[in-house]
Amino acid sequence: MSQTISSTKRSGGMLSNENRRKITWMLFLLPALVIYLTFMAGPLFDSLRLSLYQGEGYTPTKFVGFQNYIDLFTNPLWRGKFFGAVRHTFIFFGIHMVAQNSLGLLFANLLSSDFKGRNFFRTIIFTPATLSVLVTGFLWTLILNPNWGAVNKILVAMDLREWALPWLGRENLALPVISLTSVWQWVGMPTVMFLAGLMGISDELLEAARIDGASEWDIFWKIKFPLLKPIIGIVAILTFVDNFNAFDVIYAMAGARGEPSYSTDLLATLFYRTGIAGEHPVGIPNMGMGAAIATVTFLILMAGVLLWLYLSRQQAAEEA
Amino acid sequence: MRRIKLNQALAYILLTIWSVIVLFPLWTLIINSFKPQKEIFKDPFGFPKDFTFDGYIAAWKTGRFDVYFTNSLIVTVLSLTLILLVGSMAAYALAKWKSPAANFLYVFFIAGLMIPIRLGTIDLVRLIKALNLQDTIWSLIPVYVAMGMPIATFVLTAFIKELPSEMFDAAKVDGASEWQIYSRIVLPLMRPALATVAIFNMIKIWNDFWFPLVFIRSEESRTVALGVSLLFGQYRTDWTRALAVLSLAAVPLLILYVLLAREFIKGLTAGAVKG
Repeated sequence: MSQTISSTKRSGGMLSNENRRKITWMLFLLPALVIYLTFMAGPLFDSLRLSLYQGEGYTPTKFVGFQNYIDLFTNPLWRGKFFGAVRHTFIFFGIHMVAQNSLGLLFANLLSSDFKGRNFFRTIIFTPATLSVLVTGFLWTLILNPNWGAVNKILVAMDLREWALPWLGRENLALPVISLTSVWQWVGMPTVMFLAGLMGISDELLEAARIDGASEWDIFWKIKFPLLKPIIGIVAILTFVDNFNAFDVIYAMAGARGEPSYSTDLLATLFYRTGIAGEHPVGIPNMGMGAAIATVTFLILMAGVLLWLYLSRQQAAEEA
Repeated sequence: MRRIKLNQALAYILLTIWSVIVLFPLWTLIINSFKPQKEIFKDPFGFPKDFTFDGYIAAWKTGRFDVYFTNSLIVTVLSLTLILLVGSMAAYALAKWKSPAANFLYVFFIAGLMIPIRLGTIDLVRLIKALNLQDTIWSLIPVYVAMGMPIATFVLTAFIKELPSEMFDAAKVDGASEWQIYSRIVLPLMRPALATVAIFNMIKIWNDFWFPLVFIRSEESRTVALGVSLLFGQYRTDWTRALAVLSLAAVPLLILYVLLAREFIKGLTAGAVKG
């Protein structure tokens, strides 16, 4: 009898102790959770809901089901611009994926051997990443100015006048040029990440290969590259997420309408004009449609991230 | 041996070429901001002969750079303080509370790394209006704190998990509460990780253009990024002023970067490279 009492007492005491611990942990988490839910997760999910409504101003109240999406995909008023923006966004991302990450890999490989001035070069390559995207964009519009900009002045001075093009004025040229400007700014990121990966490869392994007479080219492709695969995966997904929602560089170099004639219009600029600023000349935001564009962007992003998770799991399973 | 030397020479050449491509625009930006327009067009690459501060004076007079800098500073400092405080508390619980709820919340916070907060902007506009914060710098702070949560919880939780568990056990035996362990032991030890998180967010917040563009109109609430975009639009044809404006925006962070390059690089790549 006395034993039962004391054991209930003890377990009762432990339970309340356990509860107290739970409450303590919840209190630690509460502020972060409240802010994150209110200003990030909540608005994100509410945007999904809002994409099912229409109406002017700040409170689209008319429920229309998937009408915004149907308009976006089929209505000639939206279709052209929407699919244009999707295509341009993929091109913008693709150029980063190829140019930025290849250059990053090259620079990292060059920086991975021990030589004088290594930190100096690394610091320089990374410098533009600390600038505001807006400043970079504005600066390059001046440098690429067809009449007064440095690029064309140098080309003319080198007697390459026919190459002195209106870089931001031609429809098929503006998007690649703007993308490369952005590559100029961000190439330090993959460089540093790849460099961290290369530094982790044992020197003995590389030395042994060199003694066996392997060329640097072979060493790179047969030893370093396979070992870098996990980091290449991380860099790829970060490139995707970071560039799929790019806005500032287009706004700075081509304006909110993606000049010339919408040829540099990305999903984010289309989203801005539609849902926030309002299309010229009316200037009234169409929030339901804007939310629909955000939702489509969100779904493409999710699809990309899930595909990446699937591929990297498979890769890990293969290696195990 | 000779082959290695040759490779080394090639590395130097390629890295030097890229360094020129990086530094040349920044160099021309700064030197040309001290030249009159005519000289910029005639001799864009040389040192200023006709040295002038006109661009800076004009930018400071028409644009209220004192206001923009103060606003950006207030927003950045307050947001960072809150991110570090709130984020480190959450990270401590996520690392030390062994429960399914903690695991779920960890994933929930980390998921934000993959989803840009901008996609919720339409709803944020309504929320900020409902809170009556539109067109004030206070509208930016909660949004930036929310935006900083994923990286803060990611980096700080990983850091706390790697601290030796004996330390926590010993403190508990001595009768310390969780709050005491957090504030007296974990927080001081976490300083390097906190610095990483702070730098990552500082650059993001200081340079952010999207939310000021969406939330703010009036002069007295503008941040540096928003002020620069409006002034640059006005000065598009006056290159001395345009370049002065861009220099004013770029130079503070550039100086900080030159002083703290290692920490900046670590901070900005925090999402991918641990430690």
